[in-house]
Amino acid sequence: MSRNVDLLIIGAGPAGMSAAVTARRHGLDVLVVDEQPAPGGQIWRNVETMAATARGRLLGAAYAEGAGAVTRFRASGAAYEPGTQVWQVEPGPRAYMTRQGATSLVEARCLLLATGAQERPVPFEGWTLPGVLTVGAAQILLKSSGQIPDVPVWIAGNGPLPLLYATQLLKVGGRIAGFLDTTPPDRRRAASRMFPGAVLGAPGDIAKGLVWMATLRRAGVKIVRGVTDIEAIGGQAIERIRYRIASGDDVTVPAQTLLVHEGIVPTIHPTLALGCAHRWDAAQICFAPQLDEWGETSQQDIFVAGDGAGIGGATAAGLRGEIVAIRIAARLGRLSEGQAAASARPARGKLRRALISRPFLDALCGPRHAVLVPNDRTLACRCEEVTVSEIRAQVAYGRPGPNQVKAFTRAGMGPCQGRQCAYTVASILAEAEGRAVPDLGLYRARPPFKPLTIGELAALDETSEAA
Amino acid sequence: MHADIIVIGAGTVGAAIAYGLARRQRTVVVLDGGDTDFRAAGANFGLVWVQGKGPDLPPYQTLSRTSADLWPEFARELTGEAPVEAKVALEYEKRGGFAFCFGEAEFEKRRAMLTKLHVDCGSNDDDFDMMERAELERLMPGVVFGPDVTGASFGRHDGHVNPLRLLRALHAGILRHGGTLLRDHAVTGIRSAAFGFEVEAAGTIFDADRLVLAAGLGTAALAARMGMHVPVRPQRGQILVTERVAPFFPYPANGIRQTRDGTVLLGTSNEEVGFDTSATATIGTKIARGALHVSPALARLRIVRQWAGLRVMTPDSYPIYIQSNEFPGAFVAVCHSGVTLAAFHATVLAEAIAAGMLPAWLSPFHPGRFDVPKAA
Amino acid sequence: MFRKLPDSTMKAVTLSIDGVRVECAQGETVAAVLLRQQECWARLSTVSQAPRAPYCMMGVCFDCLAIVDGVASVQTCLTAVRDGMIIERQRGRPEAA
Repeated sequence: MSRNVDLLIIGAGPAGMSAAVTARRHGLDVLVVDEQPAPGGQIWRNVETMAATARGRLLGAAYAEGAGAVTRFRASGAAYEPGTQVWQVEPGPRAYMTRQGATSLVEARCLLLATGAQERPVPFEGWTLPGVLTVGAAQILLKSSGQIPDVPVWIAGNGPLPLLYATQLLKVGGRIAGFLDTTPPDRRRAASRMFPGAVLGAPGDIAKGLVWMATLRRAGVKIVRGVTDIEAIGGQAIERIRYRIASGDDVTVPAQTLLVHEGIVPTIHPTLALGCAHRWDAAQICFAPQLDEWGETSQQDIFVAGDGAGIGGATAAGLRGEIVAIRIAARLGRLSEGQAAASARPARGKLRRALISRPFLDALCGPRHAVLVPNDRTLACRCEEVTVSEIRAQVAYGRPGPNQVKAFTRAGMGPCQGRQCAYTVASILAEAEGRAVPDLGLYRARPPFKPLTIGELAALDETSEAA
Repeated sequence: MHADIIVIGAGTVGAAIAYGLARRQRTVVVLDGGDTDFRAAGANFGLVWVQGKGPDLPPYQTLSRTSADLWPEFARELTGEAPVEAKVALEYEKRGGFAFCFGEAEFEKRRAMLTKLHVDCGSNDDDFDMMERAELERLMPGVVFGPDVTGASFGRHDGHVNPLRLLRALHAGILRHGGTLLRDHAVTGIRSAAFGFEVEAAGTIFDADRLVLAAGLGTAALAARMGMHVPVRPQRGQILVTERVAPFFPYPANGIRQTRDGTVLLGTSNEEVGFDTSATATIGTKIARGALHVSPALARLRIVRQWAGLRVMTPDSYPIYIQSNEFPGAFVAVCHSGVTLAAFHATVLAEAIAAGMLPAWLSPFHPGRFDVPKAA
Repeated sequence: MFRKLPDSTMKAVTLSIDGVRVECAQGETVAAVLLRQQECWARLSTVSQAPRAPYCMMGVCFDCLAIVDGVASVQTCLTAVRDGMIIERQRGRPEAA
């Protein structure tokens, strides 16, 4: 079955919800689809149920803000279909999706991709062992299931999320075996030069980080700075971890749970598949879609807002959603160009302020070298179990690019479609061939974005509802 | 940089010829394009196929059969001579293959077509069999056939291979025999010189006594510079591939093939859409329905990827092999069956190019055939 | 590997994992439940048969795949629990039919 809407929004996180609210205010017919069972995105996961509870309050003010955003979204009059997997988008724009086993097509006058970000893959030896999870995964478990590791946990990584989660974990009674800070010393130095500006511009953001660190210290958590390498060791599950400290010495300790995090990167599968132009963000070490000042991609009527447009956090995501929706309302004749510009002005001002501490965070939170180019024994591709050395061996056959390496090794051909290895493979090749990742590019993105069954695909009926 | 022979194109066609030349002690330089160039080799279904080929050009049936006959030895050579650490398993199998028929009329039509082809080629062996549904069920106990499947033709000489492994093995073979393979070397200049040819790529001049143009869709423009008319156009084909599942589909078939990895390939389409490699949901749906027509039990398999590639199509769909009259020593090889014909390309064709002359029996594949106005 | 916080007060749901009855809460995902089991893995990998457990919890790693009510390779981190659900750990490549 095919349906027509003014605006289709994929993703019900901060950007998608805010865009929906704004677009509804201008009278657009809006459909929001999302993979999760409830609105809020990853940052405000399960916030409707959780915000009012005692544990919800322990998660902090930034989480609680989500409750208001979700309420406004629910009241906006936008159609909302949770539990929906969008598996293909085509110029038109048209989006193909599956919900509860039923496939359908939505033809939209404008499409907003508010698909957010994913955690940057953190490959190291043993990263596939049960017991190794991302910090984001552990935080989702806390928010959506009220569960925490049942043994003292090791947390390794860099950026605000590990600190935030560690603080939340302590507040709900969890225990931390050790906190391995992987921020490279040169990044710490570079970031410190931006510190004064960041403090003046966004004292709240900086204070938060300092408070979290103080909380860990007060709780007596073992904190190890300058960790450069990590390995998880075990048979059927993780048993020990080995990490290398600044002095170059290795330390081996027993461990049953290890949580890792090295920042987040925009979700670019849909824009890659659509053939939109992308830019290399050198500060955030990732690709992002090339957007105009209104969030429109190089393809007419296809927009991106939120962390998918470049990492900026929840507040910036909401503001970008608002700005995009104003533009779309103008495109569909609800506002004049002049009205749109005036209407977006306050949000643009707030967006500038929301992003003021970003250069400091970007400078501080970049991944260390081993995250991008792990050692030879590491599995680069989790799905097809292809090692770094197998990728590197391809270089001998005439300096291939990522797509040729994918064809020859099967790296990136499994169900995750390269979400966990695209950057790794590109970085390995770039280093081995003396080229730059932005010149090499990534795997070509292919549909379906999420595996669907042959039966689901065969059942697709593209005839329109009205016909 | 000097070589005996420059091969332009490192796809399955160019790489097979270059490998064959390198094995024959010729120094070979292979120039390849960029990572995201149109690459039919990377989009291939992996059939080494004979049955039904060349219904209106019997020499093509003979050519396909010749290559299929050469394939086992070619595969042994290609993998057997590699050192253990560099072995690439081709996943080549020659157990025959099926083309399913829906309804008695289609079944009989297929029988008639294959019989005529058999007679036209003067074949003297049992190259095919028409099998009733009951026989299919006996040979493929793991497959639940759909109610419309009447039977299938079984081609004895059909087989399948992992086309990506084939390409990788060919590249490794070229290097092993002292050849040079250069990527990101799209050709920017090409001319005949006092002794042979000069080719410019990535700012370097390469010269050689002979030149082979096997650049797929890029061949037309290159061939024109060498005085040859090589009409090729893109024809899009799309393929679906499932996740890895336990083995259940033991023979390759037209449109369904389970690989050694366990993935199931489903295909394909023939679309005239120019240089557009988008995979589309509309065609994906058609392919999925076609698969369910063969076996409704496939409905639960998960598709992990759909892709599109561009076939290198000639006006009558058959290959083009030619040596330039104007510039002897310059050869062209283009086709859309680079996998089936790989064994032929690496042996007979490479030998002919090394000798400097194409055999007369390849004349049906001269592009001059397109200049003759068709009667009726 | 994980435990539920004591103040979790949600409606109880019963499902089975490899034939074992497991109590869980309305609104949580199958992957979250798997992570509370003694054996927390969801599948054996398709190449080396190595155990894999839920890793990203947000639908991008595909290591939480399991057989849910007879359907193979379901992303359990995106699947909410339902009363009477039958979960089977997926051992390598699933059967085609």
